[in-house]
Amino acid sequence: MTTHDIVERLKSKFNTDAILVVNEKTAQPIIQIPANLLLDICQFLHEDELLYFDFMACLTGIDNGPEKGTMEVIYHLTSIPYQRNLILKVMLPRQIDGKQPSIPSVSSIWKTADWHEREAFDLIGIHFENHPDLRRILLPKDWEGHPLQKDYEEQDSYHGIKVKY
Amino acid sequence: MSQAIDFQENRLKTGEGGIILSSVEDLLNWSRLSSLWPMGFGLACCAIEMMASYASNYDLERFGIFPRPSPRQSDVMIVAGTVTFKMADRIRRLYEQMPEPRYVISMGSCSNCGGPYWEHGYHVVKGIDRIIPVDVYVPGCPPRPEALIGGFLKLQEKIRQEHPIAPMLLLELEAENHTT
Repeated sequence: MTTHDIVERLKSKFNTDAILVVNEKTAQPIIQIPANLLLDICQFLHEDELLYFDFMACLTGIDNGPEKGTMEVIYHLTSIPYQRNLILKVMLPRQIDGKQPSIPSVSSIWKTADWHEREAFDLIGIHFENHPDLRRILLPKDWEGHPLQKDYEEQDSYHGIKVKY
Repeated sequence: MSQAIDFQENRLKTGEGGIILSSVEDLLNWSRLSSLWPMGFGLACCAIEMMASYASNYDLERFGIFPRPSPRQSDVMIVAGTVTFKMADRIRRLYEQMPEPRYVISMGSCSNCGGPYWEHGYHVVKGIDRIIPVDVYVPGCPPRPEALIGGFLKLQEKIRQEHPIAPMLLLELEAENHTT
């Protein structure tokens, strides 16, 4: 089954608007999907017998900066029985009414997503809805801000220790 | 016959049955600097060099340096590696748990000044002297075992110059003056 077939299968299951952009020039094909369909598409990719993406290898958050005003979440999926890879990409507005961007959690489908989403939350500041335990994973819990945001400015001091050199 | 001569020589060498003249201060300093027990913990790649120094090739134990598993039994803390802000609270707490007199060796660029993280490392403490007092800084990234041994020798020099009992005597004298 080629990427084209996967996309066709997704299109037949959901409506044709579901797939926004397909990029096959990259080493692994990338399918960009809207955030509101993410959970349904992931559920389908996971359960469908012909697709069977049973393994999430990686989840990445990206901040494109205030000029572009978008953030991305990228899901690297693998089907172990079919030896097939797929990349899903979701574009999010950087801020909605001054609040951090929000996207449904896929940790109910792939357990791997749990800690990966916590990392994306910790460093980029993306909120994952219905996540079982959305705490910071690397930084201390009383840290201010999300350091991998493009416009991040570190705090002056942490627990009385000056942060800057 | 020859055995008897050896025995005589050994007696002279060890000073067995003889008298050693020294001050209590020198004796205390000598004993303390000859059994510096560091706290056994490492934070990053410097810890690998530190472990190499403990191991048989460099054999820190010939200086009486032997890692302890508890801050309560330690004389010296080797901060070997990158100290993050998350770790800083723990380092400070471990230092406070060490009994006095206590010493700190800052090993490597990260703990000296932040190292390669000095500019963009939002998470790195730019030098552990911002949290705890440091006695010896060992430069390097990471420092070779020889450099760490050099740091210990510097610390020994420092301890050799100390006056561990003078303040006690001073206190006693002051107490006597107060009562009379």
